[in-house]
Amino acid sequence: MSPLTAQVGAELSLVRRNGEQLLVTLGIPLLLLGFFGTVDILPTDTNEPVDFLVPGILALAVMSTSMVSLGIATGFERSYLVLKRLAATPLGTGRLIAAKTIAVVCVETVQMVLLATLGVAIGWTPQSANWLLALVAIIAGTFAFAGIGLTLAGNLRGEVNLAASNGLYLVLLLLGGVLFPIDRLPTFLQAVGRATPTHALGDVLADALMSTGTHTATSWVVLLAWAVVMPAIAARTFRWN
Amino acid sequence: MAAVEVENLSVHYGSLRAVDDVSFAAAFGEVTAVLGPNGAGKTSTIETCEGFRRPTSGTVRVLGLDPWTDRTTLHREVGVMLQDGGVYPSARVGETVAQFCRLYDRGASATDLLVRVGLTERANATWRRLSGGEKQRLSLALALAARPRVAFLDEPTSGVDVNGRDDVRAIIRELAGEGCAVLLATHELDEAERLADRVVLFNRGRIVANSTLANLRSARTTVRFRSALTLDTEALARHIGLDVTANGDEFIVTFSSPDSSMASDLVSRISVWLGSNSLPLHDLNVGGERLEDIFRMLTKDQEP
Repeated sequence: MSPLTAQVGAELSLVRRNGEQLLVTLGIPLLLLGFFGTVDILPTDTNEPVDFLVPGILALAVMSTSMVSLGIATGFERSYLVLKRLAATPLGTGRLIAAKTIAVVCVETVQMVLLATLGVAIGWTPQSANWLLALVAIIAGTFAFAGIGLTLAGNLRGEVNLAASNGLYLVLLLLGGVLFPIDRLPTFLQAVGRATPTHALGDVLADALMSTGTHTATSWVVLLAWAVVMPAIAARTFRWN
Repeated sequence: MAAVEVENLSVHYGSLRAVDDVSFAAAFGEVTAVLGPNGAGKTSTIETCEGFRRPTSGTVRVLGLDPWTDRTTLHREVGVMLQDGGVYPSARVGETVAQFCRLYDRGASATDLLVRVGLTERANATWRRLSGGEKQRLSLALALAARPRVAFLDEPTSGVDVNGRDDVRAIIRELAGEGCAVLLATHELDEAERLADRVVLFNRGRIVANSTLANLRSARTTVRFRSALTLDTEALARHIGLDVTANGDEFIVTFSSPDSSMASDLVSRISVWLGSNSLPLHDLNVGGERLEDIFRMLTKDQEP
């Protein structure tokens, strides 16, 4: 078994064992989709709330895994000197990041399958879906949110990082237009919301999966900007111990 | 080629000179104890050798490689034991050892390692459930996963019970016996005295002693004895021409001389002086200086 495979196994084992993180990454998106997809109480401005909700919830799931779960786990690994200990092995930074990336992709794959299955089960019908475009958007979103998560993890103490990541998750959930159209926000918050990676990812996913026909160029620019800038900031500022 | 070669190493943090122009070497098959008070520079030096820090100036070679630039190559043959932590609290002992063994091309057998450090029965326990001593044993096992040619062990017996210490010492001796260069950073002088072949003693960023333990101890001779607390050390010092230090009712006279007859002459003079002052003489002991005394003498401007 190669060092990379060994480390991927360790990362996945860690994900499995951290139940509270699995709750955030799998439980909350499934719960939100299942509840608000069947109970029509959100001002989604559509006949089928589930059609509005699925793209945003998929964006939320990407945020949960690549920002909250990855960031919190990495922050505690830093606090517990796990990263320092691994730095004294032949694993190397490249393979460590690759192992974490593979673990994130594995979790995201499970999330997407479960959410899409639940969505279809409660009435979601993708229209002329461009799956390749959706995949590109999810990859860009993963880079963006992982960059944010690792920037926090690499600079804050474990407990502070935990609070900051969860707080940011809530803010991005509310401002990102996941549960209701962003037009429902006060005007001054709409601009902030449109600048978030959560809204940008949800917007491009909605267009890719539902052929909403909305003009998503701005959202692509916002999403790609986050995807380039945040990993760069994380790489520059990350402290290993 | 020495296993570890440090030449004129300096490590500065801003204006603080944590390590100031130090040089030493550690040989294969030997245990080299790196000692010193807190803040003396030993951790910065060890971490530079491990590849965690970049030298401000000077050179460090471990197995002939630069630990900073050739880190990944070097770490294939180096074992590192951190003083604390290094394992996720929810990680299981057996899985963690197996994971580390798989990180190395010629890694040790996880089963054998667990047996070696006495943690086979705790293989399913998580890190957070281990006692302090068990955590140290697991950290030691992770350092041995590489089948290292050089091992950096930071406080390996800290928190370990008496029986456990004997086991850890036996493993360290075995390691050195197999040809591994062991660098042992410790505050426990008794540990160093039991294990070390060579001692490198740091104080205020500099090396104040670098020699084999045998040479350090034989360089100076100590006469120890017990007497009454009322003994006038200054008067005795004037009589024998050497400093006398008191530690309760124990009195210590240390001197440097290649002439072994000086010790017996000194004992005779002390004995006569005590008798003439009607003072008792108990537990008289003549021998090489203890490491603790050497440490105190060389670092007396800084508490351990």
